[in-house]
Amino acid sequence: MNKKQKYMILRIVSSAILYAAIIILEKAFILKFMDIWWICLLLYIVPYLVIGYDIIFKAVRNIFNGQVFDENFLMCVATFGAFGIGEYSEAVAVMLFYQVGELFQSYAVNKSRQSITELMDICPEYANIEIDGSLKQVDPDDVNVGDIITVKPGERIPLDGKIIKGTSMIDTSALTGESVPRKAEEGSEVISGCVNGSGTICVEVTKEFDDSTVSKILELVENASSKKAKVENFITKFARYYTPIVVIAAVILAILPPLILGSGWASWIKRACIFLVISCPCALVISVPLSFFGGIGAASKNGILIKGSNYLEALSNMKTVVFDKTGTITKGEFKVQKLIPSGLTENELLELAAYAEGYSDHPISKSIKEAYGKNIDLTKVDKAQEISGHGIKVKVNGKEVYAGNEKLMVKQEIPFESCQETGTVVYLSVEGKYVGCILISDAIKEGTSEALKSLKGLGITKTIMLTGDRKHVGESVASELKIDEVYTELLPSEKVSKVEELLKSSDKNNKLAFVGDGINDAPVLMRSDIGIAMGSMGSDAAIEAADVVLMDDDIRKIPLIVRISVKTMRIVKENIVFALGVKLLVLLLGALGAANMWEAVFADVGVSVIAIINATRTLKIKEK
Amino acid sequence: MKKKFKLVDLDCANCAAKMETAIKKLSGVNDANVSFMTQKLTIDADDERFDEIMQEVIKVCKKVEPDCQIIIK
Repeated sequence: MNKKQKYMILRIVSSAILYAAIIILEKAFILKFMDIWWICLLLYIVPYLVIGYDIIFKAVRNIFNGQVFDENFLMCVATFGAFGIGEYSEAVAVMLFYQVGELFQSYAVNKSRQSITELMDICPEYANIEIDGSLKQVDPDDVNVGDIITVKPGERIPLDGKIIKGTSMIDTSALTGESVPRKAEEGSEVISGCVNGSGTICVEVTKEFDDSTVSKILELVENASSKKAKVENFITKFARYYTPIVVIAAVILAILPPLILGSGWASWIKRACIFLVISCPCALVISVPLSFFGGIGAASKNGILIKGSNYLEALSNMKTVVFDKTGTITKGEFKVQKLIPSGLTENELLELAAYAEGYSDHPISKSIKEAYGKNIDLTKVDKAQEISGHGIKVKVNGKEVYAGNEKLMVKQEIPFESCQETGTVVYLSVEGKYVGCILISDAIKEGTSEALKSLKGLGITKTIMLTGDRKHVGESVASELKIDEVYTELLPSEKVSKVEELLKSSDKNNKLAFVGDGINDAPVLMRSDIGIAMGSMGSDAAIEAADVVLMDDDIRKIPLIVRISVKTMRIVKENIVFALGVKLLVLLLGALGAANMWEAVFADVGVSVIAIINATRTLKIKEK
Repeated sequence: MKKKFKLVDLDCANCAAKMETAIKKLSGVNDANVSFMTQKLTIDADDERFDEIMQEVIKVCKKVEPDCQIIIK
């Protein structure tokens, strides 16, 4: 609580004590002179001024500045009106509760704003750089590419770079939401914004501060509030008309009925005052952007960056998700999937293959050697000979080995069992006898299947996969993951036209998202309603082009972000319905003479406070 | 030129919206955004007259919300 708020509490308390004392005096008829109206008025004016002097001051000042319909002015008119018709105690009470509500509101808003901005507090304050043999703290802005900075345990890494000395565990949770620290050693790249764990590391800076990850992310998040959702724009527009309309209604209510009916000015003025108290649209103007901000905050806490509340809104209407295959659904790296030996053990087959491919640098050979994992004694390998488009012929331990595709086996007239599974198959023979085959393919990322399943549960009606890969590879991945549609053998430009086709054929309110790693597909990311990019694997161009960035490339974050968006939108709608509902109800009751000033104050500040508290619930959306 | 300024004591969301509308109306201002959440003013205005425009921005903001201060570094 800041100084201003503490001072306000003091004013509220002293005014409340004075107010209570006067009421007791009046009700107890202790003092006879309380019956004289002007003495009574004078007494009530004391607590009124204590609590409301600043409101009056601001109202007068703002009128001189051309701001007529501001809430200070309206509160003044309402309370003056109450004084005018002899409702002294109500006038004070309205002002008192208005101030209590305002205080509560500013406290709640500040609190939630702080907790949201804390989530995004990843900005490093300084960098340690060695100058003349001693470490000095400098502004990260002043560090140049190529400088060596030292990051001590527990400090935030200020700039992107490469470790040249030391090992440590790096906590990337602020950026990726991933709680398990990553191991980093000499030669590893480190990203700014992460927190250094156990060991001191020396980092050679590779990017200036303005280009470093942390600045880019901060810029994205800060700009997020300028891309407003439709609901937000609606509320801003609504607020512009709401106040004048209610005020005009109040004026009509105060003047017309008494003129027509010819009596009872006081009762109608009182009703008009109730209108004035309710005329501020604050509950909506504060709580709607706050809800969106909270949703964006909750997402960034989980390592998902959303570039604007309009995208959060779109995500909640997402019906179709289009995935890129390589790098998004699959890892983009080849791995040995299966060993199918014939007459050998699995290990013998793998060993043989590793030796046979011993000299080769082909990605397929590399994956076999990686799977084997042991050192290969190349002296045992001899006379390696590449048969282009088929495979290799080599002597291992003096025996003639062929390793390659089906065509190689056919060419060498070796009888073999054809493997029908998807991926690249390497067949092996020793001395003209078939000994088995190895299936190598691009592995599907962990959790992809469950991510797709939970997306279906969240109301996504169609999943589509686009790939430049061959037909049978793409189709088998799609059928394994139960993806609804698959389009294969597409060039990057064809992906764009495919997405455009899909956009055209679908309903405008059903949003389409494209998920890609940004390599070759930046145009697609831009073209789709919501472009979701893989942040750590993806390029800068992808982060630029995308609307949503998954910092840790985890596809399981997509269902989470859908849940966040749906919940945020629900809270926004709840707030709009609740705030407008209560206001309209009290306006109606007020016009009919059934509501009093207290209810009006509740409909103004009480509703604001409740809506703000509701809005902060967006922060608490977590992974299931 | 696009620039960002910190706002101090901006404690009313409605005023932030009013400030934004007022700033956008100034001549030479291409775009402006007053973020109540981040307590920041982002302004995109003509290069040559930037300082001059900023003075005007301060003036209109003072009118809308006299308690709020724009911090100019």
